[in-house]
Amino acid sequence: MVARRLMTSTPSPLHTRSRATLAAVFAGGVLGGLARAGVGAALPHDPGAWPWATLLANVAGAFVLGAVATGAARRLALSPRARTFLGAGFCGALTTFSTFQVEIFDLLDAGRGGLALLYAAVSVGAGLAAVAAAPAIARRRA
Amino acid sequence: MSGPLAWSAMAALAGVGAVGRVLLDEVVSARSRGSFPLGILAVNLLGAFALGVLHGAGVDGRALFLVGTGLLGAFTTFSAWMLESERLWRDGFAPAGWLNLWLSLAGGLVAVALGDALGGVL
Repeated sequence: MVARRLMTSTPSPLHTRSRATLAAVFAGGVLGGLARAGVGAALPHDPGAWPWATLLANVAGAFVLGAVATGAARRLALSPRARTFLGAGFCGALTTFSTFQVEIFDLLDAGRGGLALLYAAVSVGAGLAAVAAAPAIARRRA
Repeated sequence: MSGPLAWSAMAALAGVGAVGRVLLDEVVSARSRGSFPLGILAVNLLGAFALGVLHGAGVDGRALFLVGTGLLGAFTTFSAWMLESERLWRDGFAPAGWLNLWLSLAGGLVAVALGDALGGVL
C-alpha cells in the first residue's frame, strides 16, 4: 500500500517510486482541476439547468482515459508515470462524479425529473461510448 | 472567486483530491477480492456525500469553488467509473458492469440526499 510505504522511514525503490507516482497524480490533478474549472467558468449554468460544462469535461476525460489505458499509450510509448499523470491525475480530476450527482439532485429538486434522467443517461451513454471508441480511433490514426 | 489566488488554491486542492482518490482506492482495493471496482465506488460515494453536505449547508461562492470544484471535484471521478464499467462488459462480466453503473448512480443520489439533509441541519 502506498500509504504505508510513505510512512516507512527507510528509503527503498518502492518508496521512491510511490512518491514519484503520487507527485505525478498531484500534478495531473492540478491541471485536470484547472481545466474543469475553466470549462465551468466558460459555460456557467444555474442549478436546475442543463449542465453542459460537466458533461463536456466528463465525456472528454473518459475519451482520453480510454486512449491512455489502452493501446494508444503503448503506441505513443508513454511511460508508466506518464500514464499515471494523464490517467489517474489529469483525467481523474478533469472528470467528476460529485458535481455530476449534485446536478442530478438539483434537476430533481427543480421538478425536472425528465431532464435529470436524460442528463444521467446522456452522460453515462456518451461516457461509455467515449471510453470504448478511444482505442479504435487511436489504432486507426496510428 | 475569479482571482489568481483562488484559482491557485483551487488547483492545489484538486491535486490533493486526486492524490486522496488514488490512496483511498488503493486501500479499499487491497481489502476487496475480485475485479469489481469497489475502490472507485467508495471514493465517489464518499465525495458525493461530502458535496451533498456543502449543498445542504448552503456553502457557495469561493468556499464552494475551493472545496466543491477543487478538492471534491478532483477526488471523485467519472472517467475511471466509465472505464471500469466498460472493462467489466468487455471481459464478459456484463451483470457486474450494470451493477457498477446502477450502484454508483443510485448510491450517489442517496449519498447526496443524505449529505444535503445533514448539511441542512448543521
